[in-house]
Amino acid sequence: MLSVPEADGGEQMKTILEVQDLKKYFKTSRGILHAVDGVSFKLNVGETLGVVGESGCGKSTLGRTVLHLTEPTDGRILFDGEDITDCSKQHLKELRRRMQIIFQDPFASLDPRKSVREIIEEPLKIYHMFPDREEKRRYVNQLMDTVGLAQRFGSLYPHELDGGRRQRVGIARALALEPDFIVCDEPVSALDVSIQAQVLNLLQDLQEERGLTYMFVTHDLSVVKHIATHIMVMYLGQMVEYADADELFENPLHPYTQALLSAVPVPDVDRKRERIILRGEISSPVDPKPGCRFSPRCIRCTEKCSNTGIHLEEVKPGHFVSCMEFE
Amino acid sequence: MNREGQDNDRKSGQFMELLSRLLMNKAAVIGLIILLVLIFCAVFADVITPYDYAAQDLKNRFVSPCYAHPFGTDNLGRDILSRVIYGARISLSVGVLSVCLSAVVGIILGAIAGFYGGAPDNLIMRVMDIFLAIPNLLLAISIAATLGNGIPNLIMAIGIGAAPTYARIVRASVLSLKEQEFVEAARAVGASDAQIIASHIIPNCLAPIIVQMTLGVASAILSTASLSFIGLGIAPPTSEWGSMLSAGRQYIRDAWYIVTFPGLAIMVTIFGLNLFGDGLRDALDPKLKN
Repeated sequence: MLSVPEADGGEQMKTILEVQDLKKYFKTSRGILHAVDGVSFKLNVGETLGVVGESGCGKSTLGRTVLHLTEPTDGRILFDGEDITDCSKQHLKELRRRMQIIFQDPFASLDPRKSVREIIEEPLKIYHMFPDREEKRRYVNQLMDTVGLAQRFGSLYPHELDGGRRQRVGIARALALEPDFIVCDEPVSALDVSIQAQVLNLLQDLQEERGLTYMFVTHDLSVVKHIATHIMVMYLGQMVEYADADELFENPLHPYTQALLSAVPVPDVDRKRERIILRGEISSPVDPKPGCRFSPRCIRCTEKCSNTGIHLEEVKPGHFVSCMEFE
Repeated sequence: MNREGQDNDRKSGQFMELLSRLLMNKAAVIGLIILLVLIFCAVFADVITPYDYAAQDLKNRFVSPCYAHPFGTDNLGRDILSRVIYGARISLSVGVLSVCLSAVVGIILGAIAGFYGGAPDNLIMRVMDIFLAIPNLLLAISIAATLGNGIPNLIMAIGIGAAPTYARIVRASVLSLKEQEFVEAARAVGASDAQIIASHIIPNCLAPIIVQMTLGVASAILSTASLSFIGLGIAPPTSEWGSMLSAGRQYIRDAWYIVTFPGLAIMVTIFGLNLFGDGLRDALDPKLKN
């Protein structure tokens, strides 16, 4: 039986996204790359799932696969209770109105030959919304207002804006279709720290105003602590730990999560803590060996770890971990 | 100001910047002046020519350049200056139209090949390779010979031969563009492949195409002249620089001016187009800014 992490009190909350045993493999010349390998979770309306992990662990691929920007290899994706794993192009187009993405690099994700206004208008044109020019113009103005962009930026081109404003354009484009669910793919990691806070606050305000659900992909734990209600830790395409944000920060169980958390700087000079330094490099996601994928770097690794298959266990209600110690 | 006005200002601002960078390049300015003179000649040929291009004056055959006939007259007593000026019409229209034809065909095929990859890419590009393997002029000769004389056929003959160059340029740009995040962003907001190609891919690979088109006009004019020279282009008495060369070459010993002036016209035109094309390439390259 597949165990699916689910938020507490699932009774009254409405599940917007459910992912079951999702796999995304890429064929490479060296073998099959397991970018996402059997990830399952549920996400309720209005919540924010933080997906953390180091570069190359498949967190971005997970976000893109959920949105069908890459096709899943296996598994099921249910959006608002409906299986959208193999849906038609036409249906997908309709779905895209309800699920959007904000990209990491706000420069690469904006067409350099289009003005800010044209970029924000693009989704409206695609869905033939606002046939009336004046109405469309007002709606775009309103969107720019919402994300904190002054009207005068409308006629500028992306290269004429700074990083924070570019990202606001990306957010306005994602909001244009009034989606319910947004994948934020490291939306602040390309920005200055001062701008990061502004953009994060904007995202939180938008969530409150519009009841948005976020899947927030990042490698920055301090960012995720700020914004997420639930956190999923990924390692080499697999989910190693899943819990409420508070629970995960209070009581991390997986050795990898513990190592990650010990690396988060704490603004307290007197506080002494043990810093867990991980040895070695992340191993290759191409044709991974059975057993725990973290075992080559794990300080508590036993012989059993590298031989036996490993499963996600619910250790406490709502707290899942995938480690031999808890089998 | 309304939105359209602002956007137009913006667009014209970009255009003005391009123009000012182009005007800083002396060679490009010379090219531009030559082109403007040619266009003027082509448009106002009826007004500025002293004689009708087909009017024969058999009493005044082989007149050397003089005040009445600055470029002399040919074997049928036709004024060469008038014929050269009228020739600009044919050369420019065939040059521009055939380049437009090859650019449209090449852009569409190249964009499809680059965007979809795999089987369509292989099919399109291998056919393009076949076209590229045949020398341009030879291909034009065979097409012109099959279709017969006439301006539309000439445009087809020259245009088809040049299309593979555009297909290659566009395909190469598309290959790098389609991996860009803004293409994925467009897909995420529900854009179809055709919408992505038309509104994101092609506008972003336009700069090298514009340059290739200016240079392409030059080679198209040369091909037109070559085809007419061997009798596959424009039929007499329409004046065309290549056919004038061809007709005049048997009198070259006694009447040098019959071949010299149309030859110079071809040379100056191609010189001007190349200067302008090179200048445009530099002006469009953002790395060379300032």
